[in-house]
Amino acid sequence: MSEIMASPQAAKAVFAPGTSDREIEAAAARAALNYRRRVTFWRWAILVLFLAGWEAASTYGVIDEFFYARPSTIAMRLYDWITEGTSEGPLWYHLWVTMEEAMIGFAVGAVAGVLVGIALGRNRMAADIFSIYIKVINSIPRVVLAPIFIMILGLGLASKVALAFVMVFFVVFSNAFQGVREADRAMIANAQILGASQWQLTRSVIVPSAMSWIFASLHVSFGFAIVGAIVGEFVGSRFGIGLLINIAKGSFDSAGMYAAIVIIMVVALAAEYVMTMIENRLAKWRPAPLHETN
Amino acid sequence: MSDHATSPAIELINVSRRFLTPDGKSMTALRDFSMSVARGEFAAVVGPTGCGKSTTLNLVTGLARPSGGEVRVMGGPVSGIDPRIGFVFQTDALFPWRNVIDNVVAGPMFRGQSREAAYAKARQWLARVNLSGHESKYPHQLSGGMRKRVALAQTFINEPEILLMDEPFSALDVQTRSLMHEELLRLWSAQRASVVFVTHDLEEAIALADKVYVLTAGPATVKAVYQVDLPRPRVVADIRYDPAFIDLSRRIWNDLREEVQIGYQRSEQAA
Repeated sequence: MSEIMASPQAAKAVFAPGTSDREIEAAAARAALNYRRRVTFWRWAILVLFLAGWEAASTYGVIDEFFYARPSTIAMRLYDWITEGTSEGPLWYHLWVTMEEAMIGFAVGAVAGVLVGIALGRNRMAADIFSIYIKVINSIPRVVLAPIFIMILGLGLASKVALAFVMVFFVVFSNAFQGVREADRAMIANAQILGASQWQLTRSVIVPSAMSWIFASLHVSFGFAIVGAIVGEFVGSRFGIGLLINIAKGSFDSAGMYAAIVIIMVVALAAEYVMTMIENRLAKWRPAPLHETN
Repeated sequence: MSDHATSPAIELINVSRRFLTPDGKSMTALRDFSMSVARGEFAAVVGPTGCGKSTTLNLVTGLARPSGGEVRVMGGPVSGIDPRIGFVFQTDALFPWRNVIDNVVAGPMFRGQSREAAYAKARQWLARVNLSGHESKYPHQLSGGMRKRVALAQTFINEPEILLMDEPFSALDVQTRSLMHEELLRLWSAQRASVVFVTHDLEEAIALADKVYVLTAGPATVKAVYQVDLPRPRVVADIRYDPAFIDLSRRIWNDLREEVQIGYQRSEQAA
């Protein structure tokens, strides 16, 4: 049905009297395929145009290559890093360090956010007492904590994890809290009358109904965890993608900076993809989304 | 204590219920409200929209407490949620993340029955509401009528002695609703729970119930009680053409109409 809707003109043409259902379905399937192809085409076309424009602009001096680099040198730098390693050692090691920091911070932050969010969501008094403090702490721009964490926890893993943690915690917390608050009252009353204890109620009604809120926040907050790790590395570290950026900055190596950004983009997109897959598996009870993006 | 076996299933004695509105004003939903439902009796409660019909049910479940008066269930005072009570909601109260059979086993599992026993029982109940073969579907894949049948199975599996229903079929279309009436009477006649069925649909109330309570516009109190002496088993789809049914519904409507108008005028003024 949605596919017929997706291309009204194409479908309208075959809805004339005398066309069979199969013809209509075939036309709709064709139209849908066409539509998807067009979308894919334009996605690639825009990327290619962008990169080609960038390349041409640097080549012909429209923009200063010194600051803006160009796609071909960035690609070469990436190739170099991948095959030869960076000046600071193998690329994979730096990437691993950054990912380790981000993933530990993300995991701990997400778990803590969910637990605290559910606990406060279930307890109104505690929520009213602590909400003011959460607001106060939440108003601190997280990156200013980086120097403090590095001072306290040192140049290693702990300070980056702490920064990733504070980036993730508040996002997940506020979504979990909201999700608990939005749990359907009739559903809660139903579970109670069916015989659920408070713990059963939390586990089998409150948490599942907050799950879609929580997942929405996990999507965003993995990106935040990476930001936390990189900013931490940026301020002070011995390894990591943030360090590579910092060194590239110090030597006015713009290609190196952009190459590091590309690496982070790829990692973040991959993480997003994995997260979507997990979510789809967990949320098979939900009605299918109205349109697929891919 | 000796009269426990013979006492009415549900008694509300001069109950009043006041609550605070969101802007801090005190509101009276029920005043001097008395009703009594015998064991195995099917009572319907009709009244204008927003008069406090649902409040009566919440008092019986123990989810709400009376501000005055007394609520007794099976001869004893209400303290907390009584396990002998089942409740069918107006809105969809199924758990959307559980499939049909996992929804139906919820009650027995919450109450600590073994997995095997709960699932076996759930299969029986799904067969009884004609949903065999749909066990692993999710609520969003079912029609409104099927979802309601799941809700009935979910409630009946606990074998409640008291069944409370809050406009359970009001969201269904007319044909589905009359099928659900048949279904409900069939299930009820096998179990003989005491029922309080809240509705704004007078015909529904008469077709199903032994006794109809007409409430006044809020604060609600009992305006009149009518016995419905139509023979059982009833065929809900045909009974509305029975002369006795028509006569009774005309008499009750005369009472109800005034209250509906009062309620309507109030809501106009408030708006």
